Amino acid sequence: MNHYPEVWGRPRDDIYGPYNSSYLQTTGPKTHTQSPAVTGTSVIAVKFNGGVAIAADNLASYGSLARFTDVKRLRVFGDSAVVGFSGDVSDMQYIDRLLESLDIRENYSTHGNMMNAKNLHTYLSKVLYKRRSEFNPLWNHILVAGFDEDKKPFLSSADLLGTTYSAPHLATGFGAHLAIPILRRLFPEEKPLEEISKGEAEAALRECLKVLWYRDARSLDKYSIAVITAEGVEIKEDQVIEAQSWAFAESIRGYGAQVN
Amino acid sequence: MARVPMQSLSSPQGRIFQVEYAQEAVKQGSVVVGLVNKTHAVLVGLKRNAEELSSYQKKIIEIDSHMGIAIAGLASDARVLSNYMKQQSLGSRMTYGRPIPVDRIVTQIADRAQTNTQHYGKRPYGVGLLVAGVDEAGPHLFEFQPSGMIHEMLACAIGARSQMARTYLERNLDKITNSTRDELITHGLRALKETLSQDKELTVDNTSVGVVGLAGEEGKGKIESFKLYEGQQLVPLLEAVESGETKEEETMEVDS
Repeated sequence: MNHYPEVWGRPRDDIYGPYNSSYLQTTGPKTHTQSPAVTGTSVIAVKFNGGVAIAADNLASYGSLARFTDVKRLRVFGDSAVVGFSGDVSDMQYIDRLLESLDIRENYSTHGNMMNAKNLHTYLSKVLYKRRSEFNPLWNHILVAGFDEDKKPFLSSADLLGTTYSAPHLATGFGAHLAIPILRRLFPEEKPLEEISKGEAEAALRECLKVLWYRDARSLDKYSIAVITAEGVEIKEDQVIEAQSWAFAESIRGYGAQVN
Repeated sequence: MARVPMQSLSSPQGRIFQVEYAQEAVKQGSVVVGLVNKTHAVLVGLKRNAEELSSYQKKIIEIDSHMGIAIAGLASDARVLSNYMKQQSLGSRMTYGRPIPVDRIVTQIADRAQTNTQHYGKRPYGVGLLVAGVDEAGPHLFEFQPSGMIHEMLACAIGARSQMARTYLERNLDKITNSTRDELITHGLRALKETLSQDKELTVDNTSVGVVGLAGEEGKGKIESFKLYEGQQLVPLLEAVESGETKEEETMEVDS
């Protein structure tokens, strides 16, 4: 041990030989934009008769650390659109600033002509595609919920490559694996949208979030849920997963403290 | 040698001569008329040919399927503005997937025109525009001047002898506002006719009509795309003006 802090906690050179630092890059292209840092997990959304419901938990993880437990990942735009972000939180905040200035620009118009969710989704997908084309992607997977120009419920997704797709129910991240099968069972393809009520849609999202809380290690039991109808956006940002039952955990075998 | 004063900044009356000269170019351009009712916006224009053997100068330009402009003044300046408007319209469709709102694009060209009145080495556009289009809020008509001034209008005429057309529009404003699509075109053509000198008349060669509006009952929320009527397409429109006039003359005779 000597008085140079940089060698504290390192293998001693006099015993192990000089540290080989050749693998540490000192020059080269910047790489910190090519992976996310602080991330949000799944966003899930489902269309129903007369609107769309969307939900996401309030966690921002730093790797596997549950770093920030009060981060709102649903953003209301105008009076009938909601954007749900998963992926990098700083990129989400950047997009949030873009949307803020877009909203201000929109409100200058004296004639209404407000942007709807479909216009917003087109815009966001172009932003994401432009950034991936610069090899500097915004590390997000976004769901946009609201209405299209014909006032019909609209739900569509855009990812960090600018790829877009839409379906009556969508989920990002782990939710794409865990929530989509549940939503497909509850709202099968042959069931028309008119038969899905607002209450059913909301309950389904809460159920999906509970399953995600059970099985996604980067999730949280505190979440936000937004319901968009012709009347406007109803958003609740301090929801807690209720009626938890961890009984199923006893039957899980093969990992953790108990090996078999 | 006498110093020529800077034309744009030295008027003690607070006038900007360069801008006023540009507005003079608008007054010398051939007349265009624009008018709106509750569903449609119509532009009509009188085309001029430089000489007998030349073609007629275009007066009405489609910007996008929901919008068109009519020009009075320097046609080459109008082309610069219309190309810019076409780019912006296309940009809006590309980025947001929506037709650009009419007031938005009019504000954009107004801002451009205003900077031209303020910068060293630039000159104002020598053209006035009537912008007709539809958006979510229905049909709109805007008047644009080289000064960068814009006004939303119910009916408007700019260009040579346009005062006659404005008088017609003012007198018939109520009828115009409550007219049908076809009546609106006829009112536009009549207003245009008012401006003609004794020896001239509206023909299929010298007249231009542009129509844009909301589609009827069958297509709720949809639009009737901008359509330009020129040449033989004008025959029924001009006939409607003629027949309307003979009818009015007849009723007047009955009255007397």
